Amino acid sequence: MPITKRLTKALKSVALRRGLISLALFFISWELCARFQVPILGAIPAPTEVLASLAHEIVSGYYWRSWGTSLARILTGFVIAQILGVPLGLLLGFSRKAKEIVFPLIEIMRPVPPLAWVPVSVVFWPSAEMSMIFVTFLGAFFTVVLNIVEGIAAIDVRYLRAAASLGSTRRDIFWRVMLPASLPSVLVGMTVGMGITWCVVVAAEMIATNTGLGYLTWRGYVAGEFPLIVVGMLSIGLAGYLSSALIRRIGLHFTPWLSSQ
Amino acid sequence: MSDTALPGLTAAPSLTDAPKALPPSGLWGRLGGGFSRWLKSSSPWLNLLGLVGFLLLWQLLSRVLKVPLFVKLPGPWETVVEWFSPRPVYGISVFTIEYYQHIGLSSLRVFLAFLLATGLGVPLGLLMGWKKTFSDYAFPILELLRPIPMLAWVPLAILMWPGRESSIVFLTFLGSFFATLLNSWLGVKSIDPAYFRAAASLGASESLIFKKIVWPGAMPFVFTGLQISVGYAWFSLVAGEMLAGEFGLGYLIWDSYILVQYPVIIIAMITLGLVGSLSSFIIRAIGNALIRWKVKENG
Amino acid sequence: MGNGGSISVKEATKVYDPDGAKVLALDRCSLEIGPGEFSVVVGPSGCGKTTLLNAIAGFHELTAGEILLDGQTLSSPGKPAKPGSDRIVVFQNGALFPWMTILENVAFGPLAQKKMTVPEAREKALKTLETMGLTLIAQDYPGQISSGMRRRAEIARAMMCEPKVLLLDEPFRALDALTKIVAHQFLMEVYDAQKPTVFFITHDLDEAIFLASKVYVMTTRPASIKKILDVTLPRPRDYRLLASLEYQRLKAECQDAVREEALKAFSAGEREM
Repeated sequence: MPITKRLTKALKSVALRRGLISLALFFISWELCARFQVPILGAIPAPTEVLASLAHEIVSGYYWRSWGTSLARILTGFVIAQILGVPLGLLLGFSRKAKEIVFPLIEIMRPVPPLAWVPVSVVFWPSAEMSMIFVTFLGAFFTVVLNIVEGIAAIDVRYLRAAASLGSTRRDIFWRVMLPASLPSVLVGMTVGMGITWCVVVAAEMIATNTGLGYLTWRGYVAGEFPLIVVGMLSIGLAGYLSSALIRRIGLHFTPWLSSQ
Repeated sequence: MSDTALPGLTAAPSLTDAPKALPPSGLWGRLGGGFSRWLKSSSPWLNLLGLVGFLLLWQLLSRVLKVPLFVKLPGPWETVVEWFSPRPVYGISVFTIEYYQHIGLSSLRVFLAFLLATGLGVPLGLLMGWKKTFSDYAFPILELLRPIPMLAWVPLAILMWPGRESSIVFLTFLGSFFATLLNSWLGVKSIDPAYFRAAASLGASESLIFKKIVWPGAMPFVFTGLQISVGYAWFSLVAGEMLAGEFGLGYLIWDSYILVQYPVIIIAMITLGLVGSLSSFIIRAIGNALIRWKVKENG
Repeated sequence: MGNGGSISVKEATKVYDPDGAKVLALDRCSLEIGPGEFSVVVGPSGCGKTTLLNAIAGFHELTAGEILLDGQTLSSPGKPAKPGSDRIVVFQNGALFPWMTILENVAFGPLAQKKMTVPEAREKALKTLETMGLTLIAQDYPGQISSGMRRRAEIARAMMCEPKVLLLDEPFRALDALTKIVAHQFLMEVYDAQKPTVFFITHDLDEAIFLASKVYVMTTRPASIKKILDVTLPRPRDYRLLASLEYQRLKAECQDAVREEALKAFSAGEREM
């Protein structure tokens, strides 16, 4: 369908109209809360102030360097988590013995909130940057491993049996059935992991460094430039949203059979 | 035989009826049923091997071989000794009141925030799933706020709320609110539309449809959501306490780091893990008790 | 039971407009179903049988045309029918509420309409289950019993409301052949006892002729009525009928009509609905 037609149709839709009304009301009441110093909510800088601050930041090199730093941390931690987590998850899903040995450890470590690792990580690693990346890595690692193990456990037995009766070797079954069948849950794990990763990086940047979007937000608080806090939050939100969307897009490319539904 | 037996080719039933939400494969799940069967299999020995191996390796690297990076970490042995010592060097062990005060305060904060998040998130989520008009209005705002990681709220939370206590509870609340809301919404969406039609066809009123279809139908997802949300609550609690707390387990970790009392960090971390698992175990138990039809269906 | 229940569908037309591509599902489809008649609608996949059923039940609005129940307008353009307990639907994949026991499910209707108190509804539900031979499963959850049992319980739930019209959308589709026979017998007994008007959708010609008073063969999309067969086989019906000459003749006639439409639908690439 041509884009113009789709657009006119969308504009006619009730859902969109309602959505726009509700967003408009949201921003207006936010502005009013700030203007009239409503208790608690009034402390949030008004949208107009935020826009002004955003206009100021968007041309500053510092703002974009913060983006770059945070993205680099996310990417490094996330990629290491995949490189170690995917094979480990596959091994645990494939071998019962390996699972029996490693799983209790994971079960014990997983409930410890990733941020609780920050001090240990800072003590352990020689540089602050490495400790940041380690904590980021942890945020995504457990999610990825657990999702693969669950994904493999949930594979329909009929596929394995069908492959076996069609004469597949074990190696074949692994590469051509188990791997693709667990792919959707790997991707879910990555998307969730990415969300957690952003959360961890932001907090770790506030706690333990003075670079990145998390610190930018924290600085807004410390330096009393309150609109900057909201600019930072929105930037982080956008960055997180974009990275999840990217994973989903890549995922769709690798799992074409899911998009037909 | 190799240990890489393909799951499913032989052990079919355990796979086909695997529960969809969180499998009770963890240590807690095993307490539920089949504990004696588990004891008789090779599992406990392999499990033990993993744990003991890990601890030995840690002790070896940090204390015996004194490998560069590891030497700065507290060894497992000294941590355990400190944890269970009646007269701990750094003032925190199972025999000190302070240890329980930290646990108590953190748990209280999580409990309060969790109650708030459940009280607001479940009704809102159910309403969004049930009434399209409502979700048309609420969804855009939700989508605007949701991508912002809960911990990015820290400075704003401190700014908004008077006093540290309310800002920490607010942060913890945020962490758990969105997970609860989304899962309650998904829960209603997961209900087969035929059930709504059937109820309408049998003459049920709106309020009865809510009571008899929306509420019980969404329940399994709601409880999955609550389990996830309590995890997120602990997650953001730690950040809140580290940045703004004066007490609590997160604060204890940070304070021990500043004071170079490293074994206490490990003790607090393990405690956090234990209390966290315990809280999600309690929620699962309550959920299973309430959703009898689902349990029976699987069993 | 002379409780009425005649349905007349007049020039029913339904246009679906999902994303701009208009699909004509029903095209001036008319039919008259007498009170207490067991009508069975057969037709190719996706032809619009379910659309018609949903319009009668009150789940969909018609684009044009009307539906009358006992001479009263049920649905007209702009004024869709409301779901009501005078027309109860038994769904394709079953819609027993999985979180209620069979007894609670069966008692649901009268309680929902506030026609009975809880003990009354319970008593009547137990009695209904007993006459239908389902007492043993009263305390089970739907997830714990066989699919054949579930279908029967769902019919019991519908009959508790003493509906004028029973709307069945391929209710036995997922059952195996042997379970189906039992389910047919069950439905026949229920029908003979209460004589509601039945609107039954199926693909299965044997099922259609065995159960029906009249078989309506629908054309492929856009659907209208292609052929009406009067099934004059005596009631109560018995499985031995399947071997009778009259049955064979009806089936052949029906098959010719259906086959033609099925071929058209197949070459148009209809998806299973």
